[in-house]
Amino acid sequence: MYCRPPKSRKLKPGEIQMDKHDNNDKTIFGFWVYLMTDLVMFAALFATFAVLRNNTFGGPQAGELFSLPFALSETLILLTSSFTCGLGILSARSGDKNKTILLFASTFVLGTAFLAMELSEFSHLISEGNGFQRSAFLSSFFTLVGTHGLHIAAGLVWMGILIVRILKRGLTDSVLRKLTLLSLFWHFLDIVWIFIFSIVYLIGVI
Amino acid sequence: MMAFIFGKLTFAALPHQWYTLGATFSIAVGGLGIAVILTYFKRWKWLWKEWLTSTDPKKIGVMYIVVSSVMFFRGGIDAGMIWLQQALSAGGSHGFLTGSHFQQIFTAHGDIMVFFVTMGLLFGLINYVVPLQIGARDLAFPFLNTLGFWLYVAGAALINLFFVLGGDFAATGWLAQAPLSELQYSPGVGVDYWIWSLQVSGLGTLLGGINFLVTILKMRAPGMTLMKMPLFVWTSLCSMVLVISVFPILTVTMGLLFLDRFAGFHFFTTGFGGNAMLYTNLIWMWGHPEVYILILPAFGVYSEVVATFSQKRLAGYVSMVCATIAITLLALLVWLHHFFTMGAGADVNAFFGMMTMVIAIPTGAQVFNWLSTMYKGRIRFFTPMRWFLGFISTFTLGGMAGVMMAVPPIDFQVHNSLFLVAHFHTMVIGGALFGIFAGLTYWFPKVMGFRLNERLGRYAFWCWIVGFFTSFVPLYILGFMGATRRLDHYDVSTGWQPLFMVSAAGLVIIACGVSLQIVQVVVSIKQRKQNLDTTGDPWNGRTLEWSTVSPPPFYNFAIIPKVASRDAFWEMKQNKKSKQEKMQYEDIYMPKNTAMGIYVAGFVFLVGFALVWHIIWLAVAGLLGATICVIIRTFDEETEYVLPAAEVAKIEAGRNTNG
Amino acid sequence: MIKVSKFIVLFLIFVDIILLGYILIGNSNISVLNPQGLIALKERNLIIIATLLSLAAVVPVFILTFLFAWKYRENNSKAKYDPDWDHDTKLELTWWAAPFVIILILAVITWKSTHELDPSKSINAGTKPITIQVVALQWKWLFIYPEQNIATVNFIQFPDRTPINFELTADAPMNSFWIPQLGGQMYAMAGMGTHLHLMADAPGEFAGSAAEISGRGFSGMKFVARTSSQADFDAWVQSVKESQNKLDLPEYNKLAAPSENNPVVFYASAEEGLYNKIIMKFIAPASPDASQGGPSGGNMHMQGTEH
Repeated sequence: MYCRPPKSRKLKPGEIQMDKHDNNDKTIFGFWVYLMTDLVMFAALFATFAVLRNNTFGGPQAGELFSLPFALSETLILLTSSFTCGLGILSARSGDKNKTILLFASTFVLGTAFLAMELSEFSHLISEGNGFQRSAFLSSFFTLVGTHGLHIAAGLVWMGILIVRILKRGLTDSVLRKLTLLSLFWHFLDIVWIFIFSIVYLIGVI
Repeated sequence: MMAFIFGKLTFAALPHQWYTLGATFSIAVGGLGIAVILTYFKRWKWLWKEWLTSTDPKKIGVMYIVVSSVMFFRGGIDAGMIWLQQALSAGGSHGFLTGSHFQQIFTAHGDIMVFFVTMGLLFGLINYVVPLQIGARDLAFPFLNTLGFWLYVAGAALINLFFVLGGDFAATGWLAQAPLSELQYSPGVGVDYWIWSLQVSGLGTLLGGINFLVTILKMRAPGMTLMKMPLFVWTSLCSMVLVISVFPILTVTMGLLFLDRFAGFHFFTTGFGGNAMLYTNLIWMWGHPEVYILILPAFGVYSEVVATFSQKRLAGYVSMVCATIAITLLALLVWLHHFFTMGAGADVNAFFGMMTMVIAIPTGAQVFNWLSTMYKGRIRFFTPMRWFLGFISTFTLGGMAGVMMAVPPIDFQVHNSLFLVAHFHTMVIGGALFGIFAGLTYWFPKVMGFRLNERLGRYAFWCWIVGFFTSFVPLYILGFMGATRRLDHYDVSTGWQPLFMVSAAGLVIIACGVSLQIVQVVVSIKQRKQNLDTTGDPWNGRTLEWSTVSPPPFYNFAIIPKVASRDAFWEMKQNKKSKQEKMQYEDIYMPKNTAMGIYVAGFVFLVGFALVWHIIWLAVAGLLGATICVIIRTFDEETEYVLPAAEVAKIEAGRNTNG
Repeated sequence: MIKVSKFIVLFLIFVDIILLGYILIGNSNISVLNPQGLIALKERNLIIIATLLSLAAVVPVFILTFLFAWKYRENNSKAKYDPDWDHDTKLELTWWAAPFVIILILAVITWKSTHELDPSKSINAGTKPITIQVVALQWKWLFIYPEQNIATVNFIQFPDRTPINFELTADAPMNSFWIPQLGGQMYAMAGMGTHLHLMADAPGEFAGSAAEISGRGFSGMKFVARTSSQADFDAWVQSVKESQNKLDLPEYNKLAAPSENNPVVFYASAEEGLYNKIIMKFIAPASPDASQGGPSGGNMHMQGTEH
């Protein structure tokens, strides 16, 4: 009695899928709404950081702990990854499977590099005795930057899965929709990082 | 080794106090009883296929209401224990509860009533009614809907789990103010249970908020512009805007508290630079909009009910929409009025006080619009309409108290007194709960296919309203007598005891009301054959849900209606439009059932449980399990099935010959 | 028939509420409405004004509700039925404007009174103010008189018609210091100092309580505030100075440990700068000389390194 719904098919170059139920429209809109909730969450973490940034309980302040060149490198890496991600979407829309995989793999590598740098900064701080238990300021720093890092990690897992899917199933319309969502997520994280860089590192150090 | 496997969990966590033993026993007996009934009637498969794995928002809505009703009893028993303790515990007598136990009870009472009863009942109503009212077949994201429901259930399970394992709930008040909720002052697992039951169900709420928002904005029937939507849809939309705006703040705040407790962070601790006032600000930035999340859909119900039972169009539609939007925006700007007494300074206090009173203006406009809907109407006093009148009688008085407390110097004298307690109970019971009762009695025939017994509904209403005033007016007086809230014991010389006893008597009357409501449902089920809703439109309704059969087919509408005006169904009836202009059915795509929601929520439950007891391996496993399930789900390309047009025609034809 | 009785009941409820108003104003047990101090008096007057202003909106609502429910009930064939009437701009403007005006008046009153009754604002009464430092502990109140160099637990005495400057902090979860008959409450929080100014009209004894939950024993956290003449106050201070107890740091640490339903205790002297020390230990790490195993500060340190 119940038939199967039509299977996903590959897109012709330059074609954008208009789903029978306009799934693209709903899903992408819904994802934007989710991103807004994520933004509120980061805003709360930023507010927490702003309130607690001077509560060092006698310990070192931001200026003594953070290295601007280091943070700037992280920023440039993440910005570049956003660029490769954007290029990846363009080539996905034009149907070029190999180029898409290459670009998203580059994004993945850059994202991993960013995360590695961040983890090394964290472990350096902790080994010096400036871990998250030291003061409210450090608690809020680790949480704000760490939450962003967790989001990046989740994005990398997502990216890995999608790359595998492109390899296996090609650029179907459902894969393209998921790539669009991922790229929205990735750009969003990049924007949040700009704020982190400005508010935590720049203002803290200068 | 044991510490690794079991974390902080030891045999001491098993129930050994009279109340944990009693609760564990009730849960076991209840669960066993249900299992026996299901086995006897051979209904396990039916339950799984028809209900638990369903993605139909009508089924999910009913399940929300069922679970919320069960939680209502627990919250109500908590309330009874509070009343009894406070009526007895004066002077030499110390009642029957220890101080710490009493504090856990009122904490649980508040959290259960807000998160698991009111939110659950409202989500149930919205799930069922909104798609019908906008002419849609489903929500935008059916999987998220079932996932959200099961996360809510997982949260409810966690908040009840401490009876079985742990023995202690948070004893901090319903919002677990820091630093009392920090590890130093609350060393047990109680606050951790608080955190994780609310985080888990809060995640469900957030998903539901996104879902409802996208549904209302993207899935309305052709022709239904925003300004043609029923008011219940408008208020649900605005409520969901608040949900997505502020629930992330709650997630963050509870997350930070957990980091403090679990990993030695210092956000809100009393040393190392922690700032407890930050907790207060964050939690109320969520907390105040939360109460508007609760009240707005109730206002929507009142709009529907008043129009239908006055047999007249809702007055001032545009004004009502503007008022709703105004309330939504203002809700985000007033949170500091919860802590005027923290010494913020006159400028800040005055600003927030003035913003708070401003909410009275759109609320008042709404009340006057409802009244002018009644004006020159022909009012039929069915139970839903009574609840509306009960709301007016109580809510306006509670609102008066609220406007009073919005003046900071007045608040200095009534903050944290029983005056405050009476005020917010008036708003939640008189406003939100009465609205839920109005909605449940209004839409009951649509959901069940037969009508409720009117007489019993009337009696239940009267018990509630008399009981409500008897319970809470003494509390207003007690507040002025200097009685603070949350006291497990007080001196006889204060003269408070007689008023506490009157209040306890009021609770007994309310309990009669609740019993009558249960009897009403039972009797109505027994008498259903005499009270069948054969037309689908028992109240001569105005909105689209009444254009379907009762109960509606699983696809809601065989043909999506085209809407030309407000009160779309009323217009159709006036123009004598047949419900289907042309018998041209099309294939319908419906979402399949899925058990993934249950599995993911089950894993999330394990994560919450594991974090409470510091069982790290289990938390990691649960997180992995949930993630993998979600990934598997995203790989599933065949989440829908097709109902061919011929099949639709058959179902519709079969109904027409029977009906 | 049922409908008639409903209206009667609702009307009776409304009348009861009005009667309550009379009861409340007269009854001397109702502390908030029978102020014994300047601040409480002003706050009570505000309550009355706010109530009257709100009633200006609430009374018409009640009247209209009952009137319409009665007049336009279905079986009243005499009432006009106009199903298409749903809008009147003039009326809309009225019921947006009228509450707006009421709220505007109340808002102006709010602005002025909030500034006038700001708890941190000193009271000018001609007499020299007395400072009392309040420390909320678990679960008792510690009061330090820095100028007289005495301290008490769960009891304060001060002269009437004299402004009292309360400085509040806590060595415990947040608490709220409240003497309803003298004025509004103020939170006492660890690591912070808040201010409250009160003044009593005449000699008397007033109940004080803790208005914010701070743990298991908080309902026993009551204290007595007694006002007396200046002479009696001086005599009392003298008698406290003759007591055996001294509030030095070790004694303070013992006191700060959790205990319930504490009896009144008098200390003949207090550690110098104790109040400030209590605040500071939450803000910066304890320096060796001040700490001496200072209670929560020392514990905090141990707590933090536990994980």
